[in-house]
Amino acid sequence: MSAVFAPGFFTSAPVHVALLAGGLVAVVSGIVGTFTVMRGQSYAGHALADISVTGGSGSFLLGISPLWGFAGTSLAAAGVMDMIGIRRPRGRDLATGIVRGAGLGLAALFLYWDTTFTSTSGATITILFGSMFTIDKSLIPVIALFGLAAVGIVAVLYRPLLLSSVSTDLAVVRGIPVRLTGALCLAAIALAVSLSALTIGAILSTALLIGPAATALRLTSRPGLVMLWSALISLAVTWLGVLLSYDSYYWPPERRGWPVSFFVVTLVLIGYLLARLAPSSGPARVARAGA
Amino acid sequence: MTVIHQHEDMLTVDGVSARLGGREVLHDVRFSIKPGEFVGLIGSNGAGKTTLLRVILGLLAPASGQVRTAGAVGYVPQKIELDPEMPLRARDLVGLGLDGQRFGFPLPSRSRRKRVDEMLSAVGAEHIGNARVGNLSGGEQQRILIAHALISRPGLLLLDEPLANLDIASEQEVVALLGRIAQEQQIAVLISAHDMNPLLPVMDRIVYMADGRAASGPTEEVIRGEVLSRLYGRHVDVIRVHDRVLVVAGRDDGLAIPLEPHPIDPVADSA
Repeated sequence: MSAVFAPGFFTSAPVHVALLAGGLVAVVSGIVGTFTVMRGQSYAGHALADISVTGGSGSFLLGISPLWGFAGTSLAAAGVMDMIGIRRPRGRDLATGIVRGAGLGLAALFLYWDTTFTSTSGATITILFGSMFTIDKSLIPVIALFGLAAVGIVAVLYRPLLLSSVSTDLAVVRGIPVRLTGALCLAAIALAVSLSALTIGAILSTALLIGPAATALRLTSRPGLVMLWSALISLAVTWLGVLLSYDSYYWPPERRGWPVSFFVVTLVLIGYLLARLAPSSGPARVARAGA
Repeated sequence: MTVIHQHEDMLTVDGVSARLGGREVLHDVRFSIKPGEFVGLIGSNGAGKTTLLRVILGLLAPASGQVRTAGAVGYVPQKIELDPEMPLRARDLVGLGLDGQRFGFPLPSRSRRKRVDEMLSAVGAEHIGNARVGNLSGGEQQRILIAHALISRPGLLLLDEPLANLDIASEQEVVALLGRIAQEQQIAVLISAHDMNPLLPVMDRIVYMADGRAASGPTEEVIRGEVLSRLYGRHVDVIRVHDRVLVVAGRDDGLAIPLEPHPIDPVADSA
């Protein structure tokens, strides 16, 4: 691995932005992802990511940063999904599927216009697969703000969300407004997904949302620690991905570099497989015997 | 600390009727429970037990009548569906019974930990405190849910069919545990079940439900042929065999069928 020692990695401005923006997004995804997995909302997260393609591709037409489009459409879709009955499992999947289909239809149209009007396929690649090295530096405060909002929601609602994922009745009996907390949690997921759509691409963003959290919950039984581990794993795979991508400028076949998203998603998968295959894959049993 | 007078009712259900989807599922139900009383809410599936519990908990508004509770109400749901992988330890769930409605993370505190530990041992679950809830057996989950409901020191504990899906040994353990808690901590217990027999050793009073109507009082006064016949609106016999009580309805063809499923009858029990 020559990149770290080669001149450039720590002095390159795009690398700085990629590490900072990617790092922020990774931590947010890892934390919000923990609740996405615990509340069984992976499918909703996936649909929100798909729908964010609509906004992202629309933003290109308007000449604004895709982040606004990603966030706008996924938040709106989260609102629609909440309204048409996301709380009942069956209604939830139907509502999600219908909204998702409509969103992707629009995305097909927008991406078609993007490529015909700009005569490049760059827009499609950027929207779908991200481009961490070309993130506009001026977006970093916006990323931080969105990230803070998403993490703020799940941190403040930590206990109510945890209890309502065990049993809605138990939460309602304690006076928790489950409808409101559920809607806010979905908004946090929408924000997290739109942030990672910017860095690793709209269709890969759920990998960063679900993967680190799914890995972390095999490492510890404590919900708070799962969040911490998930954030750390997410950060590690993102930074390692940036490093490998930078290093790949020296790699065959073209010596033009491999995409960061490829590395991030591959590392997520490797991490998950390692956690599954590890001998301690029964942490609950161990805890039980040792208690 | 609220002082609860011995004669004050912990729960008063006063002429409650309720409708679900246009159908009357509760009709003029009335009874009350005193501190430390252990009351069985008995009836077959569809008799209205769960609806009544939901009205008492405030999850469903009654069409008429009212419910009064003195002090906090603890609730144990029938069962929870938790993925075995869900990272939530038994002690986390018990802790959420203390402050699950609060914002933010629970701050690690010695007194909180001590209370959770005490509650775990009170329900005989100290050895499974660090296990994931989704990995526990049905009986173990019931203990943890009971601890979750009791840790906030309620005056009334409501349990929705806690004995369903339990094997006979766990069933007896849970009943004995609940009887002890009611007696020692003077907590009123209202427990729904389709079979009254496991509860007979600890039950002070009974609320027997059929078709949305209820008869209540001391067990031996309610579980009589004429009382239950009036409730069911047809002839019913009460048979006592080997310390078990069977409520049996006469059929037109002259055969008798038990109105409650019970463990002797495997077909009825699977219902």
